[in-house]
Amino acid sequence: MKKLIQLKNLTKEYGGQVVLKGINLDIHENEFLTLLGPSGCGKTTTLRIIGGFEEKSGGDVLFDDVDISSLPPYKREINTVFQKYALFPHMNVFQNIAFGLNLKKIDHSIVEQKVTKTLKLVGLSGFEKRAIDQLSGGQQQRVAIARALINEPKVLLLDEPLGALDLKLRKEMQLELKKIQKEVGITFIYVTHDQEEALTMSDTIVIMNDGMIQQIGSPTDIYNEPENRFVAQFIGDSNIVEGVMLKDYLVKFDGQEFDCVDYGFDDNEEVDVVLRPEDLDIVELGQGKMSGEVETIIFKGVHYEITVRCENRHYLIHTTDYVEVGKKVDLNFYPEDIHVMYKMGTY
Amino acid sequence: MKQYKKLVIPYIGWLLLFTLLPMLMIALYAFTDGTGEGGAMMFSFTLSNFTKFFDPVFVKVLFKSFVLGVITTVICLALGYPVAYLISKCKERTQTLLILLITIPTWINMLIRTYAWISILGSNGIINNMLSAVNLPPATLLYTDFAVVLGMVYNFLPFMILPIHTALTKMDPSLNEAAMDLGATPLQTFWKVTFRLSLSGVLTGITMVFLPSISTFMIPKLLGGGQYALIGNFIEQQFIQIGDWSFGSAVSMILAVIVILMMAGVSKIEKYTGQDQEETHSDKKSKILN
Repeated sequence: MKKLIQLKNLTKEYGGQVVLKGINLDIHENEFLTLLGPSGCGKTTTLRIIGGFEEKSGGDVLFDDVDISSLPPYKREINTVFQKYALFPHMNVFQNIAFGLNLKKIDHSIVEQKVTKTLKLVGLSGFEKRAIDQLSGGQQQRVAIARALINEPKVLLLDEPLGALDLKLRKEMQLELKKIQKEVGITFIYVTHDQEEALTMSDTIVIMNDGMIQQIGSPTDIYNEPENRFVAQFIGDSNIVEGVMLKDYLVKFDGQEFDCVDYGFDDNEEVDVVLRPEDLDIVELGQGKMSGEVETIIFKGVHYEITVRCENRHYLIHTTDYVEVGKKVDLNFYPEDIHVMYKMGTY
Repeated sequence: MKQYKKLVIPYIGWLLLFTLLPMLMIALYAFTDGTGEGGAMMFSFTLSNFTKFFDPVFVKVLFKSFVLGVITTVICLALGYPVAYLISKCKERTQTLLILLITIPTWINMLIRTYAWISILGSNGIINNMLSAVNLPPATLLYTDFAVVLGMVYNFLPFMILPIHTALTKMDPSLNEAAMDLGATPLQTFWKVTFRLSLSGVLTGITMVFLPSISTFMIPKLLGGGQYALIGNFIEQQFIQIGDWSFGSAVSMILAVIVILMMAGVSKIEKYTGQDQEETHSDKKSKILN
């Protein structure tokens, strides 16, 4: 896929405070890319610099290989869906959506046609004459998306657009956004702090923390092969254990040596090891790799969340099988369930 | 909740006693003749107070008041909007300070502030002294329409700036970003979004400047000279000097009715600008379809 936007060593300072510490990122055509991270990690700032609402302090922003950092927002082929929608309260749905086209002095009949088509795309056919304050949050959200998409931008920026919606609606909109993105076939850059949202929708996830990119990868890569402790903790639940990589395919933690599938570390390098709770199995005593005692069990609907106290630490396990508190059990896992990561700071 | 509802009673009493009752009394005076010296029961109904007013001399006074009122309002808007806009772009702390600076003069009695203009504009005033210092002929500034309008603009400008500033600061800044994002230049953004959304403040400002400027009697009295008459002075004369309360009340009512009609017209403008051709266009269409 062709590179559409390239961020090269992008930095941003606010009054002496560095919020972006050199972002390098390639965003491709037709990609659903999510900037994911805790609040204050710099994801929104990155988005606003791409949109033209914020000036960079250093580095380059290339769009189709052309530097756009000095272009004002109204000259960029990029449209934005704002966090609180930012719909114009003095205009109805039609006028809001037609705003961009009317500025371009496009013929009224064509505008009308396009608005109808776009409203259909976002599932709001027949809402043309509604006032904005007559719409629910979800409907306003759809109008905001329609208003941006109708201009046929090459890139759509979305700044936590689902944050104000309730859980059920949010899940619906996640699927819908993904569907819309496939239908219109343009690049979406999506900002969120919700890891589940990111996993559901994205082609590529960019995990950010403290003004730096921690990892770039597909949802499965990010989940299965987190590159450091931060990523592992931020995405899903995990057991993170300090260990030593004795040599390729052999790691030692909790006083035992385990076969694994990781390689390429220095011999005897100190590492962090991730064991996902759903990869750990509870088996009868003597049949697993580690022994312990069941300490708590919480019913979570689909699965039980169990903590097992082992010799060195507590392990978190997700399983659909019930075990009694206090029972002595073994934990079992396979070499491919062990994910070895570089220690934070050495990455 | 019920017990709190009773708290409204004193306010209703206040309104009845000090707003509604005086207005009823004005109406009573306006529609009756006689001086009321023989007691309230001696009044008899008449429309003569109103017909008396439609004499060209009096109507001219009313007309001039409106012209000066409109000029004052237009100048206040032209000066006040940019000021309010620039203030709203400042940092929050600076905004508080600037708004304070604009409000501070109103803490001082209006009479004193208007007197100050006499010593600035007078024939031996500061301006004329400066003119003669550079060998220029003296200018007649005081007791002119110019002085009256200047005095009114000076006194009422804060009432234009404050509501516009409030409307502008209430606006979500992301609306401007959204407009720019959709391709609007800064000028288009201002006209299509910022200005439209500040209209409520503009209309409040217009009301708050226009109303006192057509009914003021103090400023034209001081800066326009004693013989200079606007409708406010005219009403004052009827009450204070001539003692014809009935005629004075009738003129007050005529003024009030005209003002109410004008304000109703202004609020219509607000509703109209809320709509766009798009809507009226599709409205027509749906009417045809129906």
